[in-house]
Amino acid sequence: MGEVDVHALRGVDLDLFESEFVVLLGPSGSGKSTLLNILGGLDVPSSGVVTYRETDLTASDDRQLTRYRRHHVGFVFQFYNLIPSLTARENVALVTEVSPNPMPPEEALRLVGLEHRMDHFPAQLSGGEQQRVAIARAVSKQPDVLLCDEPTGALDYSTGVVVLEVIQRVNRELGTTTAVITHNAAISAMADRVVSLSDGVIASVHHNEQKVSPRELEW
Amino acid sequence: MRALDRKLFRDLSQMKGQALAIALVVASGIAMFVLALSAQHSLKRTLDAYYERYRFAHVFTQLKRAPRSLEGRLAEIPGVASVQTRVVFDVNLDVPDYAEPAIGHLISVPERGEPRLNNYHLRSGRAVEPGRDGEVLVSEAFAEAHGLVSGDSLVAILNGRRKKLEIVGIALSPEYIYQIGPGDIFPDNRRFGVFWMGLKPMEAAFDMDGAFNNITLSLMPGANVDEVLRRLDNLTEPYGGQGAFGRRDHVSHTFISDEIRQLGTMAMIVPTIFLAVAAFLLNVVLTRLISTQREQIAAIKAFGYTHLEVGLHYVKLVLLIVFVGSLLGTALGAWMGQNLTQMYGTFYRFPVLNYDLQARVVVLAVFVGAAAAVAGTLVAVRRAVILPPAEAMRPEPPASYRPTVIERLGLQQFLAQPARMILRHLERQPIKSLLSSTGIAMSVAILIVGRFSADSLGYILDAQFNIAQRQDITVTYVEPRSASATYATTHLPGVLRAERFRAVPVRLRNGHRDRRLGLMGLEPEPELMRPMDEQLQPVELPPDGLMLSEKLAEVLDVEPGEKLVVEALEGSRPVRDVPVAGVFSEFLGMSAYMNIHALNSVMREGPTVSGAFLSADENHLKTLYAQLKETPQVAGVSLKNAAIRSFQETVAENMLRMQAFNVFFAVVIAFGVVYNSARIALSERSRELATLRVVGMTRAEISFILLGELAVLTAIAIPLGLLLGYGLVVLVSSTLDTELYRIPVVVSPPTYAFAAAVVIIAAFLSGLVVRRRLDHLDLVAVLKTRE
Repeated sequence: MGEVDVHALRGVDLDLFESEFVVLLGPSGSGKSTLLNILGGLDVPSSGVVTYRETDLTASDDRQLTRYRRHHVGFVFQFYNLIPSLTARENVALVTEVSPNPMPPEEALRLVGLEHRMDHFPAQLSGGEQQRVAIARAVSKQPDVLLCDEPTGALDYSTGVVVLEVIQRVNRELGTTTAVITHNAAISAMADRVVSLSDGVIASVHHNEQKVSPRELEW
Repeated sequence: MRALDRKLFRDLSQMKGQALAIALVVASGIAMFVLALSAQHSLKRTLDAYYERYRFAHVFTQLKRAPRSLEGRLAEIPGVASVQTRVVFDVNLDVPDYAEPAIGHLISVPERGEPRLNNYHLRSGRAVEPGRDGEVLVSEAFAEAHGLVSGDSLVAILNGRRKKLEIVGIALSPEYIYQIGPGDIFPDNRRFGVFWMGLKPMEAAFDMDGAFNNITLSLMPGANVDEVLRRLDNLTEPYGGQGAFGRRDHVSHTFISDEIRQLGTMAMIVPTIFLAVAAFLLNVVLTRLISTQREQIAAIKAFGYTHLEVGLHYVKLVLLIVFVGSLLGTALGAWMGQNLTQMYGTFYRFPVLNYDLQARVVVLAVFVGAAAAVAGTLVAVRRAVILPPAEAMRPEPPASYRPTVIERLGLQQFLAQPARMILRHLERQPIKSLLSSTGIAMSVAILIVGRFSADSLGYILDAQFNIAQRQDITVTYVEPRSASATYATTHLPGVLRAERFRAVPVRLRNGHRDRRLGLMGLEPEPELMRPMDEQLQPVELPPDGLMLSEKLAEVLDVEPGEKLVVEALEGSRPVRDVPVAGVFSEFLGMSAYMNIHALNSVMREGPTVSGAFLSADENHLKTLYAQLKETPQVAGVSLKNAAIRSFQETVAENMLRMQAFNVFFAVVIAFGVVYNSARIALSERSRELATLRVVGMTRAEISFILLGELAVLTAIAIPLGLLLGYGLVVLVSSTLDTELYRIPVVVSPPTYAFAAAVVIIAAFLSGLVVRRRLDHLDLVAVLKTRE
């Protein structure tokens, strides 16, 4: 079999507004991870334009993308991606040390309710706790954009709810523009806006008149 | 401390076993580097200071007898800075409680003031006083060998008369830092000593009133040495000059210069091997680390760390390991350097020989180590640097395997499933497997090089003393004498066989190449002293023409059939063209032989001899010594057994010490490579092995899969190492090929066996260490981790 070009996304046209909570919904293979990577400056699209405020990210070189991530973006990964050799506090410090305007790591951990677990290593934390450390790490730099890739994907229901509450709190209290990608349709009820992806194209956009708190979600 | 640096230290403590093993390999290389360079510097600095302070001469010559009035003309030679003429004679000694004959090298010192050149350093006692007959200073090496102190006395035969010499002081001289008797192959401090005696009593004892027989000159900077030698020869020729020579041909000076040069070579070759192995190990370990930390790298980059920061993070890790190794190595090297310098103190006599570790050497060592490590790991670090963060989020695709060569050849029915796994794994990473084997092979090679010096020395001793020089005693007459007048020495009781020889100081010249040496005339079909070929078979001595040792032929650039100019530096000093009849093998020094009758005819003399080789009945040795000592016409007696004995005493201990170092280093390498290979294999395959345990395989079975791989690597490494070792021996032997000696390439079977055994044991022990980890494999945890 020869090389085949696969386009994960085609003709996506999307705006994210300040302080907005957006859920990108779609089954696996719908291209949502690719979209998140592009939004976060980890990847550039083969064609098209991505603009952050006045900056054209598609025209940015590697150094500018790194700067963009360093100063403006917070990431939460599905598998947490904590550094196993660093404690919760140090994992957060890893990010605050290279940010221009961070909050103290302790404060970030307090925000996610882990003030009593700060000196534990990832291996000593449960999955939910690890994900909350990852969120603390992402928000500690006070990012303008918080991108979460299946934040509850590896968690059970009740732990997932706690994690979503934390994300919602950050969005509300810090005014961080938040994009959560998930294949879990139930989560979309807590968003301002729900963008459904299917097969690399935006299938529908839906505004929630009434946002639901994570406690009321069910899946 | 920054969080990223904290990660570095935690990662390092996770892999401390491997890091330590690598640090030790680095330490070994750095130690050898520091050892060689610091010892070289210490020796050179001491030598230069000694030469300068005690005014070591640049030019030397011996003659028969010249009037003091010649001194003025010597000073007029362009380029000459100062002149010191002396009276110098070799005499037989009678040392109390020492049966064997010994030779004293008597040098005159001015009645007042210090010698202008080659001043002695007074270790203890006092200088000889003017007008006090029989007072001498004695060289420290000789005094120590016989336990002589100031106030002791011994008897010397001066010009045929017994004379009591009273020791008033112990001294050293830059002329005899390496003290070796005339015609001796090894230093023997019991049988050869240097003595300094007042000029007046020397003149009186040797009928040299108002005359001298030895000249030393120092030169002005930039003087043309060859031109001075030529003019000096012209001036001394009427007075029986034996040919002047510069420092290049000065025995003590060349020995030390060679040593200094060899330390430079050593600083290059050995550390290169170690650092190459360390670079390889670092590469393997870092490649593995980076691939297990793919997702961490991706996350760090996603947070906005730059490629450079990520790259530096891993470079720092490498530098930390190397830094620890360098520190350790420097300390070890300094300790070994001190040791070696101390050992030099027993071979080379200096007023003070201080070990000096220069900061420059340490800085250079650390830099070299770091450079090697960074160079070795650049490729691995690059992988971390260029890793695109989005891609790194996804786990690495499963390793692709394929059937091995053996299976493709259809031989799989001979292989059980675990054996197939071992082979496929090795074949999947052929370069890494090959490099691992090469690393282990290096330790085999280092062991061989370490032991080969003992092998080749044994070979040299055997060749030199059982085949080439089979005489027990060499007798040299004061003056060449008629062959018919030698009956008194060749027919002493106890002499089994005697062969007379003629030795003439000559200069052999081929165009602008020349060497000064003693040309030996041997009896036809000699039994005692015979040149040999490479297979240690005696070479037939042709009736005419010169037989040259291979090195001499190489230095003079002549081949059999071509002619050389022979300038005799004795008697009527004839100059003749003599064809080269053949070459022979020799390990020590450079020599030339001729048929004694042919040499007599070159010299335009009747049957004349300079001395005789004797083989003697052991039971009569004592009386034979006593009689030879009493024989006035005998100038020197050298004894084969004494030479071998003293050589073995001094050298054997030092060789053992060096060998211990080598074994240590080789074990470090073997352990470093095997242990690291095992740990990497364990890390790469712990999931797989845990799975096998879960489905019911025993510990022994999974150990076989993992350790079998190491066994295969070691099995490939050993023959490779034996070959590499032989290659290194050839290389070392060629760098040690000097005019003073050649080291034959000889590696005995026990040496091969020893090297292989040490490495097998080291591999086995590292296997055991890893095996213990395998026993503690946490099945549940391993299966849970996502890789």
